[in-house]
Amino acid sequence: MGLKRYVATRLATMFGVLMVTLLLTIALVGSNMDAILKQGVAFQVRSEITGDPAAAGGFSSAEELERFVEDRIRQRSAELGLDEPWHSPQRLGLAMYRVLVLDFGHATFLSSDSGSTSVGDILAERLPRTAMLFTTAIALMSAAGVLLGSLAGSRAGSIPDRLTSAFAVISSSFPVWWIGMLMIFVFAFSFEIFPARATPDIAPGDDGYAQALLYHMALPLITLVLIGFGSLAYIVRNFVVGVMQEDFVAAKRTMGISRRRVVYGHALRNAAPPVVTMVALSLSGSLGGAIITEAVFDWPGMGRLYFEAITVMDLPVIVGSTYVLTAFFLASIFAADLMYGRLDPRVRAG
Amino acid sequence: MLAEVRRSWIGMAGVCMLAALACVSAAAVVLVPVETFQDWNNPGRWIALPKTAVPAWANWMDGGRLPEHAVLDEPASWRLPGAGDPRGTAPVSAHVHRFALDVDYDGFPSDFIYEFTARYEGSPLLRLEVERPDGLRMVLLSSSLPFSEGPAEHSGRVFSADAAVRKAAELQSDAAFALPARGEAAERIVFSGGGSREVLKGVYSFTAGLYGAGGGAPPELAESRLIVGGRAFGAMGTDDLRRDLAVGLVWGTPLALLVGTSVAVGSVAAGLAYGVYAGYRGKLTDEAMMRLNDVVYALPALPFLIILAVTVSSSIFVMIGFLMMFGWVGIAKVSRSMALQVRTRGYVEAAEMMGQRDSRVILRHVVPQLLPYALASVAISVPAAITTEAGLSFLGLGDPSFPTWGQILHDASSYGAAARGLWWWIVPPGMMIALTGLSFVFIGDALDRVANPRLRRR
Repeated sequence: MGLKRYVATRLATMFGVLMVTLLLTIALVGSNMDAILKQGVAFQVRSEITGDPAAAGGFSSAEELERFVEDRIRQRSAELGLDEPWHSPQRLGLAMYRVLVLDFGHATFLSSDSGSTSVGDILAERLPRTAMLFTTAIALMSAAGVLLGSLAGSRAGSIPDRLTSAFAVISSSFPVWWIGMLMIFVFAFSFEIFPARATPDIAPGDDGYAQALLYHMALPLITLVLIGFGSLAYIVRNFVVGVMQEDFVAAKRTMGISRRRVVYGHALRNAAPPVVTMVALSLSGSLGGAIITEAVFDWPGMGRLYFEAITVMDLPVIVGSTYVLTAFFLASIFAADLMYGRLDPRVRAG
Repeated sequence: MLAEVRRSWIGMAGVCMLAALACVSAAAVVLVPVETFQDWNNPGRWIALPKTAVPAWANWMDGGRLPEHAVLDEPASWRLPGAGDPRGTAPVSAHVHRFALDVDYDGFPSDFIYEFTARYEGSPLLRLEVERPDGLRMVLLSSSLPFSEGPAEHSGRVFSADAAVRKAAELQSDAAFALPARGEAAERIVFSGGGSREVLKGVYSFTAGLYGAGGGAPPELAESRLIVGGRAFGAMGTDDLRRDLAVGLVWGTPLALLVGTSVAVGSVAAGLAYGVYAGYRGKLTDEAMMRLNDVVYALPALPFLIILAVTVSSSIFVMIGFLMMFGWVGIAKVSRSMALQVRTRGYVEAAEMMGQRDSRVILRHVVPQLLPYALASVAISVPAAITTEAGLSFLGLGDPSFPTWGQILHDASSYGAAARGLWWWIVPPGMMIALTGLSFVFIGDALDRVANPRLRRR
């Protein structure tokens, strides 16, 4: 399969996934969305009439007023297209098209820090923070993981190797959010080193906001790295162990090249493609996990936005953030695949 | 295969841990009544327990300084006149309950409450007294119950903070101790070591007697219990809602095992069937099925699980189904490629050529080859299922009628347990999640060596 065709298939699949996600999300929240919109219309009509004594006084009986109100509600709903159910092809298509062109509409309850209720603005404000936390965490994790993994892998069976493997297995069975709770308990309350809430108490835009944000980022960052680097190191170790058994490594060693150069210069390069894939996959995995992690640390990113939206059932925000989360999730998987192709000559030659 | 697991000590450790967890589950089902656990969210059920009490063992390791909470509900009981005495000759008949309380801690109990249900006629006298380790007797209450013409049942509570009890304790303190105790709480007088403001250690015996005079049926204390308030309780302490955390932790075990194993078995079976079928049929079927697989694979699971829990149902059985929906994909991918390999083997081709039906070939020749891998996958999928369910519960989206570990942690976080230093509310549930996950990881690791012989070299 040629590279172009491969990329085209992948892009098509990704688009398909995005559409399925969108359809599923809208299908799941659609009936609720309709109910809320209809209530909104009814409330609006009633408050218009009752708020205007002249209009309200013009009716001879309560029944007449009631009939008039019902008529107005039906009329207004029809104008908004609410007379058709949410799953009618027309409305479904429109809703999907809007999200597709990034027109997410306005949030029902939530707003951005700057006060805008546009879902697009809210997302634009939250997304960089999540990206900052998780890319930093992944970078630190990979650095630690690769170093430790290659050290362990080049000396299979040694004490550092056993410690790394044990740590990897044990750390991966702890839920990140629970370790987060423990970290908050220990470092924020028992020894008051780091703040417990990760949201900085300075308004964005003020002096020192960046430092405050970094300081508040410390605890979630440490937790993510602590839980994440072990399993990464384990994967690197396994690949390095495999590569170290290859003949070319033995040849290099007999040529008198130092062990360290063989490991870091040659073995690691051969282990790179799968490791890069794993890193990208763990990035995409942590994007989903961000919802819980950010809830624990109160980090003002996408994950917490999602959770806030779910708790108050702010449907436009739910749809918008699911869409954006999925898009990033797909992008990171795709990047991993492309990177694999770049790094592994066998795939490149295809 | 079992021999392989037995040979690896990690596998054995996993099996032992799992066996221990299974024992805990069995103990939970047998020892803790289902009603207790169904009443987890019913505050009335837990009224007799203290708020945020530390586990008793932690208190003991700390030197036993905190008063231990005691719920005494099995009193020694006797009647006056005794069984041998002829009834009717004695002018007074009584029913007496005695509670023995061993005090060996340094702090004063926070209060004491005597709860009773009495059956009587007329207006009997309820007398509550305590005999202290130093021999001093104090009458805490002596009052008559409401008059009733016919047989009546009356339930009541006597609190240490009641004015009558306080006054009685105060007056007797003046007479018995050198130090006057004006305005002191009753429990601080009853348990104090005389002149000093320290707890007098030893065995206290509380006696509650119901004395009836005249004719009619003798008065009877149908039920009675004495609660001595403390700040240490039970094996695992209590939370802010006075719930005994040991009950929640123990009952969480069968639930977690149920969620973990059913999700793992279900999704591995589904993935195996899907993958093997696609791989075996090949061609267009394979292509179409794998595209669908790609789509499900790329769906972000957690956001969807959250929306599903909120909009559809958060029942634990429905959640198991949802978790399966996202769990089968990876296994389908691997088992497809394994089925492709197995298919080309001689004996499978031979079976095909002999005209055996597809279903028979798949069941007899392909699936058995994949079984070791499938078993290892089950073991490896369990921890993920457990942590995901715990994570959802932690967000408050779990099934409210079942106290899972995730929900205990959710309550801990919403009541600010970390800020208040209530470690026994945070550490044990997470440890249980981790231990359960770890036992399956260990078993999976051992099974993996069987399924994947190449790993043995490492």
